[in-house]
Amino acid sequence: MTVIQKKAVNPVAHLSAEDIEIIGKELDAIRDRVIADRGERDATYIRKVIKTQRTLEISSRAVLLFSLFPPAWFVGTAGLAVAKILENMEIGHNILHGQYDFMRDPKIHSTTWEWDHVSPADQWKHSHNQLHHTYTNVVGKDNDLGYGIMRVDEDQKWHPMHLGQPLWNLLNACFFEYGIAAYDLELGRNLQKGRRKAPEFRARARAVGRKIRRQVLKDYIVHPLLSGPSFLSTLAATFTANLIRNLWSHSVIMCGHFPNGVETFEKTSIEGETRGEWYLRQMLGSANISGSKLMHIMTGNLSFQIEHHLFPDLPSSRYQEIAPQVRALFDRYGLKYTTGPLPKQVASAWWKVIRLSLPNRHTAQPGPAAPALVASQPA
Amino acid sequence: MTTTVPRRSQKASFRDRLLRLAETVTTPLLPEDYLDLVAPLRAGGALRGRIVEVRPETPDAATLVIQPGRGWRGHTPGQYVRLGVDVDGVRQWRAYSLTSVAGAADGRIAVTVKAIPDGKVSNHLVRRTRPGTIVQLDQAQGDFVLPEATPARVLFLTAGSGITPVMGMLRTGLHTRADVVLVHSAPAAGDVIFGLELRALAGQGGLRLVERHTDTDGLLGVHELDDLVPDHAERETWACGPVGMLDAVEEHWTSRGVAERLHTERFRPTVISPGEGGTLTFTRSGATVEADGATPILDAGENAGVLMPSGCRMGICYGCVLPLRQGAVRDLRTGDLTTAVPGDGVLIQTCVSAAAGTCDIEL
Repeated sequence: MTVIQKKAVNPVAHLSAEDIEIIGKELDAIRDRVIADRGERDATYIRKVIKTQRTLEISSRAVLLFSLFPPAWFVGTAGLAVAKILENMEIGHNILHGQYDFMRDPKIHSTTWEWDHVSPADQWKHSHNQLHHTYTNVVGKDNDLGYGIMRVDEDQKWHPMHLGQPLWNLLNACFFEYGIAAYDLELGRNLQKGRRKAPEFRARARAVGRKIRRQVLKDYIVHPLLSGPSFLSTLAATFTANLIRNLWSHSVIMCGHFPNGVETFEKTSIEGETRGEWYLRQMLGSANISGSKLMHIMTGNLSFQIEHHLFPDLPSSRYQEIAPQVRALFDRYGLKYTTGPLPKQVASAWWKVIRLSLPNRHTAQPGPAAPALVASQPA
Repeated sequence: MTTTVPRRSQKASFRDRLLRLAETVTTPLLPEDYLDLVAPLRAGGALRGRIVEVRPETPDAATLVIQPGRGWRGHTPGQYVRLGVDVDGVRQWRAYSLTSVAGAADGRIAVTVKAIPDGKVSNHLVRRTRPGTIVQLDQAQGDFVLPEATPARVLFLTAGSGITPVMGMLRTGLHTRADVVLVHSAPAAGDVIFGLELRALAGQGGLRLVERHTDTDGLLGVHELDDLVPDHAERETWACGPVGMLDAVEEHWTSRGVAERLHTERFRPTVISPGEGGTLTFTRSGATVEADGATPILDAGENAGVLMPSGCRMGICYGCVLPLRQGAVRDLRTGDLTTAVPGDGVLIQTCVSAAAGTCDIEL
């Protein structure tokens, strides 16, 4: 893709400034309706998910105490992988967005929550909630566009390092939580000479070090030790569960902004941006994943990435409810609501990573594995 | 012998070590996060209670019988407890007087709640709460209690739900140790909380009960006390009711020169002078909010999504106290201005304080 401002056919050219403000008002109205209705149902929902996740995690870990027996290994590993996915996606990500702060429960609050992840919650909240959600898809501002190690937009400058980016992406997928921790630390920038000794950076690096130590101690030492003779098999099980969780969350997150059909924006385009224009950028800068209810829960409802980016602090289970209204708004204003099944979206995102590992050809054309995923009719 | 001291600390450090080990197993969660799933009322956890009975008292009042968690340390009659209740999914804290006997054999406690018009929490508790609900608790607090040496003659002046702390004292057998007069106001006979019990107690000669039904007889004037209870100025007096009544009573007792015999419990803050408003910054969470001079800092913070500690929301329980690092706040009850510069360590009650300029709150 190319930043929207340089495209031959600008997909928002047909909208007047007034239209954009009306879109903003309509979205505000959708948000207000959810907020007016937000309450006990949402509290019950998140408590139920938390209870399910904790029960699943503790029982899977109990089964893994006997991981020498292959059936116990498989059941325990699968259970732990699901528990870790739920914890990161539907619980951690969403609570850290403040989606459940309205409950005023100190146990379920963005300021007190810590997640099963090597990046400490406060650092992740800064890089994700404040930077990525504010500057979504603005080339040069939103580091989520390639995480600083990849080129995922024609308007990002090519560098020979990008030749290896399919490999970097695969490694990042396998060790995604470490990738995120490094990203939240802005390692690429902060390891440069003169920056690496800054006290603020060092304090943050120490916090990450502590978090990694605790996570590793739990997953790779304490639980294997508790398993006694099953030490090695439990270690392998926990590693596998973390690997599955990493691959899954990496795939889901790649689908949010990298698939074909998602627009990017020029740095200067957000100067003096209005609320309506901000909304429009979120609408065009995100992509959904279609699928079953279970799939939505396992993605932490990030399968409703468009709705999430419009309203990052609404309870995640509401995204599915408002999606038809949001989609109707896209249709009414002739905008493309990018969505597709998971394998298709993952393939599209990967194709972009592979394609843009090479410098731009003069006529940048989408590759064969990336058909246009424009859906203008409700499915 | 000093053996008990090191042994105790060894025990404590062994427990600590065990706890730290358990934390390495559960990190980033705490062991208590898992224990809460199965034993929310256990010792050592956050203090909670399970509602075991909801007993209607009048058309708009009900008694909640609560089995408190193992950490409950008991109460003195007349004290109140802070209750954290989830209403429409939102945790709300309110303070209610304990109406049960202190030290009951089954360990249960009771509060009696009157539904006030538009009262979010009181209506929920009176009309929609079911047995089995878990509520958050705090330890009993408050100094609206009898002194250790029971006075020989006692007067209680109460109105509406103001009877609740007094009921706790009566149920603990005060009337067997003292000469008690109770002057209670309610709109009508059917609105008198604990009406049957009080009348039965009076019928047995346990106390002298003066009921005032204000729908028919009008509000009780403080001057009427000379006729109703001629020796009232000589009695140790506890008064609990609406602000207007308490103000009149305080003035009366002061004019008789016996203010030291009067003890009051106030249920609502009196708003006298709004502050000027200003920008509030919550230094640790980084939240910033514009607050006007009539909005308590507690409300302003909550509306901005800050996790504010709170309690009675009327300036009595100190559950909402936070350090004001710098700035100026005005007490909504008295209009007093409190200012702070860094290092002062000024603590303010956020529920009755409004911004009177730019304020940095440490939270």
